[in-house]
Amino acid sequence: MAMSEQEILAGLGEIIEEIAGVPADQVTPDKSFVDDLDIDSLSMVEIAVAAQDKFGVEIPDDELKNLKTVKDVVLFVQRSGVSA
Amino acid sequence: MRLEHGAAGARILAFGGYQPSNVVTNDDLAKTVDTSDEWIRSRVGIVSRRIAGPEETLADMAVAAGGKALASSGLSPADIDLVVVATCTPESPIPNVSATVAHRLGISAPGAYDLNAACAGFCYALASASDAVRAGTARHVLVIGAEKLSSWLDWTDRSTCIIFADGAGAAVVGPVTEPGQRPGIGPVAWGSAGDMADKICIADRNSLIFQEGQAVFRWATTELHPVAQAACDRAGVAPQDLDVFVPHQANLRIVEAIARKLRIPQARVADDIIEAGNTSSASIPLALSRMIERNEISSGQHALLLGFGAGLSYAAQVITVP
Repeated sequence: MAMSEQEILAGLGEIIEEIAGVPADQVTPDKSFVDDLDIDSLSMVEIAVAAQDKFGVEIPDDELKNLKTVKDVVLFVQRSGVSA
Repeated sequence: MRLEHGAAGARILAFGGYQPSNVVTNDDLAKTVDTSDEWIRSRVGIVSRRIAGPEETLADMAVAAGGKALASSGLSPADIDLVVVATCTPESPIPNVSATVAHRLGISAPGAYDLNAACAGFCYALASASDAVRAGTARHVLVIGAEKLSSWLDWTDRSTCIIFADGAGAAVVGPVTEPGQRPGIGPVAWGSAGDMADKICIADRNSLIFQEGQAVFRWATTELHPVAQAACDRAGVAPQDLDVFVPHQANLRIVEAIARKLRIPQARVADDIIEAGNTSSASIPLALSRMIERNEISSGQHALLLGFGAGLSYAAQVITVP
């Protein structure tokens, strides 16, 4: 069963807080990883790996560079979850 | 046919390290490649590294580190019957470095071979040395990790030349001699992933070091903490009970990510890369020898070692600090 946008957002917030030290409540859909949350490409790899464990959705390196905002990741997880 | 009996266990008697005197800072590199001190510190964690001069050879560095470990062990060259040099940067395939190093240290006619498991090399060599002592094929082994990576770097490639550096580290391995004394080198957990051979490589004899950084970062932060955990399980030491975690100093971000997954507090994690750079097979013994010199770790403490790199190959074991 696919997760709701809210569930994915909450899970992503926990991951980002643990890996990048950004408080989970600041992880809102419009935020840009690089510009707003100060998260670089290496942290994005770690976040992708943690997201895979949590949501069961693989985010390959090639796809990562297209995911610029929190909302991009939420939609990617949601779409991949539906098709899986 | 008869078999010989070896020691009940092996232990490390002493460490020694050597770094070239030439310090290269991030600002120095920023003069020749498009990078900055801030970028290197935040992505890799390195502040400065040591680079050997053109006349300083791999054998020179290995001899310096090996000689220090030998002196600190209290043994004489005549006590050593096997010399293993872990390296992936020999100046040529033959002769090996180990026989030359042994000769220059005054060690007469030991078994001598080079071992290439790249950045995992020291842990592989340490496991082989421990096994030789336990099997009775050697009594005291000089294990050296030495690299002159600067010879194999493209100094215009900012993805590699900011990371790698030169240096050597060594350990003297011998038998457990006191009755009831516990072994000082735990069982190794090792393996390889040849399907990812092209992720870190020197493609041919005319090429220089290439690394696919993001793929290696993902692999290192995903696949290695279970290897480290396996080494702890086999030794019967829980990660939380370790006194220090000394992973290969590949990249501070990788080191911190693996430590976080093992739930080892950063205060107990080696961060020698800050001033040493990534010295491949030398990084673990170099870090340990520097921590011992600074009295940051003490005799009898448990350290978890984790080597990983090109191959891809990896190995981990728990040791007792000499």
